[in-house]
Amino acid sequence: MSDLFDDPQPGQNTPEFSVSEISGEVKRTLEGTFGRIRVKGEVGRVFKARSGHLYYDIKDDRSVLACTTWKGQISSLSVVPEEGLEVVVTGRLTAFGAQSKYNMNVDEVAVAGQGALMALLEKRKKQLEAEGLFAMERKKPLPYLPQIIGVVTSPSGAVIRDILHRLRDRFPRKVLVWPVAVQGQNCAPEVARAIEGFNRLTPGGALPRPDLIIVARGGGAIEDLWGFNEEIVARAAAASEIPLISAVGHETDTTLIDFVSDLRAPTPTAAAEHAVPVRLELMAWSEAQGARLTRGVSQAVQQRRQRLNDLSRAIPRPETLLETPRQRLDRVSETLPRALMAGVQKRQVTLSRAAAALRPATLRQLVSSRQDRLRNLSSRLSPRPLDQEVDRQKEQLSRLGIRLKSAQDLRLERMQRSLATAGRQLEILSYKATLDRGYAVVRSGADLITSSVEAQNAGPLTIEFADGEFRLENTEEAATEAASGPQQKSASSKQVTSKPVKQTKAKPEKPDGEQGSLF
Amino acid sequence: MSEPTVPSVEEMSFEQAMRELESVVDQLERGDVALDASIALYERGAALKKRCEDELKRAEEKVAAITLDAGGAAVGTQPLDAG
Repeated sequence: MSDLFDDPQPGQNTPEFSVSEISGEVKRTLEGTFGRIRVKGEVGRVFKARSGHLYYDIKDDRSVLACTTWKGQISSLSVVPEEGLEVVVTGRLTAFGAQSKYNMNVDEVAVAGQGALMALLEKRKKQLEAEGLFAMERKKPLPYLPQIIGVVTSPSGAVIRDILHRLRDRFPRKVLVWPVAVQGQNCAPEVARAIEGFNRLTPGGALPRPDLIIVARGGGAIEDLWGFNEEIVARAAAASEIPLISAVGHETDTTLIDFVSDLRAPTPTAAAEHAVPVRLELMAWSEAQGARLTRGVSQAVQQRRQRLNDLSRAIPRPETLLETPRQRLDRVSETLPRALMAGVQKRQVTLSRAAAALRPATLRQLVSSRQDRLRNLSSRLSPRPLDQEVDRQKEQLSRLGIRLKSAQDLRLERMQRSLATAGRQLEILSYKATLDRGYAVVRSGADLITSSVEAQNAGPLTIEFADGEFRLENTEEAATEAASGPQQKSASSKQVTSKPVKQTKAKPEKPDGEQGSLF
Repeated sequence: MSEPTVPSVEEMSFEQAMRELESVVDQLERGDVALDASIALYERGAALKKRCEDELKRAEEKVAAITLDAGGAAVGTQPLDAG
C-alpha cells in the first residue's frame, strides 16, 4: 500500500504552471482585477517606434509605469504626451509575457490640472518667441477693405453667426467659411490645414483666395481651447501670407495663436469689426470728399476771377495815364519863352557892367602907372655900386698880394735857417770831424780798408786826413801815379756833386713837413 | 502711390483710391494749384470718388462654406446658412 502513497515531499500540494500558463494567468488577473483605470503622474521618456506605436513612462518620485499607446489610438489622444508633462492617463493594465513585464495600454491622455497646462503653454510660448515668431516686424498690416474674408471656424454655432451679422452691419463682403472642429483632438490639425489651405488658393480662381483670414472660436474651458495652443496651429498662423485675425475664446483667454496672429481680437464680433470699415461712414466720407472737391475747384476759379477783377480795377484809364505829363508839358512850354528872355536879360546886365568898365582912360591910367614904375626903377639903376664893388675887390687883392709876399719871405727865411742848422748837424755827425782829431780813412779805390791784411792785398791806397788825401803806391809807383790824378778828381768831384744832391733831395721834404705843421 | 507714374484709378485698391482722393481734395482746397492743373486734379478726384463709390455700392454679401475632400483639401463651395 505504501506504494500507493508517494513519499510526502514538500510543496507537493502547490499547483504547478507552465511559464506561459502563469504569464497568461498574471495578464488575466491584472486586466480583470484593475479593469479600466486612471493613473496620474509625470511623463518620463517618450519613444515613438518606427511601427508608429508610442512607448512612454509615467512616473512619480518612487516608481515608474511603462505605458503604451498603439498607432491606431494615437490620433484619438487629446494631448500627445511630452516629457515632463503632468498627465492623467486612462486605459488598462496589461502584462507582456514575453518579457515578464507589465505595462498600461493608454487610450486617453489628459493634462493634470490647469497649472500643468499653463506650464506647457508657457514652454511652447518661450520656444516660439525664441524663434522670433512673435516679433512685431512680422505682423502684416490688415487690408483696409478686404474683398474676400476667409473664416476658419465651426460652420454651425454662434461664432460664425456673430461674425456674419457684424459684417453685414458694417460692410457686407464675400465670406468663405472653412469648417473645422473647434475642440477635441481634431481641432489643431484641421485649423492648421484650413489656414494652409486658404493660403494655397489662387487669387481670382474658381475658389478665390481671401485677402484676410479670421480664426475664431467662442469661449470655453482651457481644455476646450487647447487646440489653439498647439504648435502646428501657431506655426501655420505664423506662416500665413494672408493677414490673420485671431479671435479665440473670451477676452480673458489668450491662446498661442493670439501671439503669432497679425491682430488679436478679443471676440469674434470684434474680429469682424477689425476686418471691415463701416460702409455708411465711408459713403458719407465719399460724399463729403465730393463736395470738398467741387467746392475746391470752384473756389479756385472764384478766387482767380476775384483776383482778375481786382487787378483789372487797378489798371488806370489811358487818358489819366497822359494827364500828368501833359500838364507838365503845358507848364514847361509856358515858362520856356520867359526863361529865354530872363536868360538874355541877365547876360545883358553882365555885358553892360563889363562894358562900362572898359574905357581908354582905364588903359591909359594903367600904362602911365607902369611908366612911372619904370622911371622909378631906371633912376635907381647907376654904375656906382658896381664901381664901389670893383674898388673893394681890388683893395682886397692888393692886401692879399702883400700877405702873400711877406708869408713867402718868412717861409724862405725859416727854411734857410733850418738848412744852416742841418748843415751844421751834418758836419758834427760826419767822420770828417774825427779826421780833425787825427784819425784817417784808408780806401782802396772805392772800397774801405779796415784791416792790415786787406791793406796788403789791396792795390794803391788812398788815405784821407782832415786836410786832404794822401796816395800811397802799395805796389808799383807808375801805376799809382797814373791812377791817382783822376781818382782824386773823381773822389772829390763825387763829394762835391753828392752834397748838392743831398741838399736838393732834402729840400722838398723839409717845406712839406713845415707846411703840414703850419696848417 | 508714386506721383510720376500716375497709377490708373481702376487698378487701385479702395484704400489707395481713398488716400489719393483725400490728398487731391487737400491740394484743391489749399488753392495753390495752377488753374489748368486744378481742372485736371478735379477730374482725377472725380474719378477717384467714383471708384470709391462703386466699391461701396458693390457691398454684396455672399457666404459660402468650403467643401473638403477626404484628405481635407478644398474642392468647392456650398451655400452656408448660418442663420
